[in-house]
Amino acid sequence: MSKSEQQADIRSHRLDKDELARNFADLHPPLSRSEALIAADRCYFCYDAPCTTACPTGIDIPGFIQKIRSDNIRGSAHTILAENIMGGMCARVCPTEVLCEEACVRNTHEEKPVEIGLLQRYATDPIFDQQTPLFSRAPATGKKIAVVGGGPAGLSCAHRLAMLGHDVVVFNRDDKAGGLNEYGIAAYKTIDDFAQKEIEYILSIGGIELRNGEMLGKDFTLQELRISYDAVFIGIGLGSTNSLDLDHESLPGVGSAIEYIAEIRQADDLGKLPVGRRVVVIGGGMTAIDIAVQSKRLGAEVVDIVYRRGPEQMGASRYEQDLAQINGVTIRHWARPVELLGDDHVTNIRFERTALDSDGRLRSTGEHFELSADIVFKAIGQILDVGMFGTDTVGLEIRHDRIVVNEAGRTTLRDVWAGGDCVADGDDLTVTAVQQGKVAAVDIDRCLRGE
Amino acid sequence: MADISTTFLGISSPNPFWLASAPPTDKAYNVNRAFEAGWGGAVWKTLGEDPPIVNVSGPRYSAIHSNERRVIGFNNIELITDRPLQTNLDEMRQIKKDWPDRALVASIMLPMNEATWARYLPMVEETGIDAFELNFGCPHGMSERGMGAAVGQVPDYIQMATEWAKKAASVPVIVKLTPNVTNILPPAKAALDGGADAVSLINTINSIMRVDYDSLTMYPTTDGMGTHGGYCGEAVKPIALNMVAEIARTKETRSIPISGIGGITDWRDAVDFLALGASNVQVCTAAMVYGFKIIDDLVDGLSRFLDDKRLALDELIGKAVPSVTDWQYLNLNYVEKAVIDQELCIKCGRCHVVCEDTSHQAITHTVNGERRFEVIDAECVGCNLCVSVCPVDGCISMQRLTDGVDPRTGEPISLEKADWTTHRNNPMRKTK
Repeated sequence: MSKSEQQADIRSHRLDKDELARNFADLHPPLSRSEALIAADRCYFCYDAPCTTACPTGIDIPGFIQKIRSDNIRGSAHTILAENIMGGMCARVCPTEVLCEEACVRNTHEEKPVEIGLLQRYATDPIFDQQTPLFSRAPATGKKIAVVGGGPAGLSCAHRLAMLGHDVVVFNRDDKAGGLNEYGIAAYKTIDDFAQKEIEYILSIGGIELRNGEMLGKDFTLQELRISYDAVFIGIGLGSTNSLDLDHESLPGVGSAIEYIAEIRQADDLGKLPVGRRVVVIGGGMTAIDIAVQSKRLGAEVVDIVYRRGPEQMGASRYEQDLAQINGVTIRHWARPVELLGDDHVTNIRFERTALDSDGRLRSTGEHFELSADIVFKAIGQILDVGMFGTDTVGLEIRHDRIVVNEAGRTTLRDVWAGGDCVADGDDLTVTAVQQGKVAAVDIDRCLRGE
Repeated sequence: MADISTTFLGISSPNPFWLASAPPTDKAYNVNRAFEAGWGGAVWKTLGEDPPIVNVSGPRYSAIHSNERRVIGFNNIELITDRPLQTNLDEMRQIKKDWPDRALVASIMLPMNEATWARYLPMVEETGIDAFELNFGCPHGMSERGMGAAVGQVPDYIQMATEWAKKAASVPVIVKLTPNVTNILPPAKAALDGGADAVSLINTINSIMRVDYDSLTMYPTTDGMGTHGGYCGEAVKPIALNMVAEIARTKETRSIPISGIGGITDWRDAVDFLALGASNVQVCTAAMVYGFKIIDDLVDGLSRFLDDKRLALDELIGKAVPSVTDWQYLNLNYVEKAVIDQELCIKCGRCHVVCEDTSHQAITHTVNGERRFEVIDAECVGCNLCVSVCPVDGCISMQRLTDGVDPRTGEPISLEKADWTTHRNNPMRKTK
């Protein structure tokens, strides 16, 4: 390979402004009123509805759809947001195809579920656009709760606590609240700064003080919070990206998908972002799809996702996999990276083909192949940075790098609750984090009232 | 395909579908378009005395829509023709000349004095029309002036005006009845006694559609005020069918031919009317909602249906009338139970919840820990509610028990018929 061929082809402005605008417009444009009424009419108003059962936050879906049908949009939004204060974001980012819409009974004979996600957005958009108050606070309890983490779990917990009459301080590591809603989701799924609009709405209930740029383990300790507050909720996300455990992993051009997704979300001008001509993504979850499709839409010429197992095992839903493919991303299954090549910048990545052995374990087949790459993104999950809890938290049980909680979100510390990606049993979904925050808030309230 | 040309009161038309007297038949322009599209006949928009009435220049119509904006029910406050009589007569004459194979009927509404009828009817008949239809039905506007439904609600008036019309006319006279009565039989009998050659029904039903949710006035209004109008369209068909069947099955009225009207939208609706005793049908709302082209489906569908059934049109007329009876004659020994086809069931649970909440607690929601909807025969009364609400066509059916014991009552199934007239709980029972 000649020296010039080894030169990484990374540059900005691969696409013109108009094309970028088109590529990063709303992935699923909202329904018009007439579309929504027709979509709502398809709901059968099931008894003990399977969609509601499938919703991690248990939204009364037939109930909110019936209210759309009767033009009671505020009532519909209340039905949604009372169970899931981030119902606006979830309408955009939930993998509905494996949750409510998969459970829809319309699938049996038609394979076309009611468009629950889009209907949820139809009902909630006006509330966030106009910041219509739907919730109020119970009489003040005088209790003060610290919430660590300003992502979906933390904000959901804070909102519910505020509703129940408590005062809340949210400690948020980043400059903006929202966590992965703000930093970790493909830009075309949540346009027009929706994450911040939603946070503005959540905070508007009152009683929630948001402190940005304050990080657990650096600016304060868990022990300090336990002393100063009546209860603590930990809703931190996962800190650092998993490592590939390969040599040369620090080679320029090898980076974290999560970080680049955040850069895209925070970019004022997408054209200025550096984009590789050939992009290889390692991983099989939503993050892998988000980074691959966004790279393609930023103008990358060749984008490959390489995943060590098959399509069924991918964390990304079938719908997301299809989305990648219709965007021109190639998904290669049954291969794992073994070597990063390049002198002063990554140029190639070598894979070995994998298969399952008779015990169902992943094994190498001994076959290899190589992909050339200007950029390699790691999208193989993140881990909880346990160190931030410090040494003075004896008794906080952590198993498999996640905090252990019971059904009500209680940790093994009597005054500490946790939820979201940092707890065991999470499935890394916004909607699950919202539910865990809500459940913990209800339990905290019950405990503080001495019930 | 089956020949569906008809002769009604000696008036032949290429098919049994006439346009009802209404806005679609107000002018030669419309009627020409209708006949070009293939309609078998037209009842001209109701004529009245000169000077012509005037209509409001605000909304005349409003509708009940499905969420897909399909018109389910329709309401109007339009009056009879607002054009000079001579204009109408000239156009009618020309239409009859241009379309000799189509039925042309003049609808007419006049004040209640014989001299007026004697004066106007010959003038109208002279245009060459095939028959008169006396409008004793419109419930709005004209009824305030003692015409339309104001006549149709008083059997004596119906008979009187029918007699006047019969005296003045040499062509057949059809009496159009209003449904705004508690019992359709006395008006039908009055028409018959007055010498009517046929009745047509139903005219529209008194109605207010809704309120305006912003202004909290009724809707629609003319300058802030509204009035009740005539309701029609798909939603009124069952009301019309009952009235048609009542006339067709009652000894005192069954001899009179019926022109069926009320919500006919596709050919199946026409089959309903014909099988329940109408000899032809009239259509308005469907044309006003979709245009005249719907005649294609009406004609084609009816014709193919008759082919499939190996029936002539005449044989269809009244075919279902013998199946209509009084409640007291229903067989109380007949037992049906609902059966849910588990292969087709989509597990929406609607059958369960409606049975549980509003009926007989006869459908499960869980069987052996699984979401499963099964009929509990020991509770099922065979009411057909689950069949009615199930969104999957053919998933729930009613099946008759022909032997053994009804698990609900513990009574043995008897194939012998037994109705209320002889039932032991009936204090007025007849003894055998």
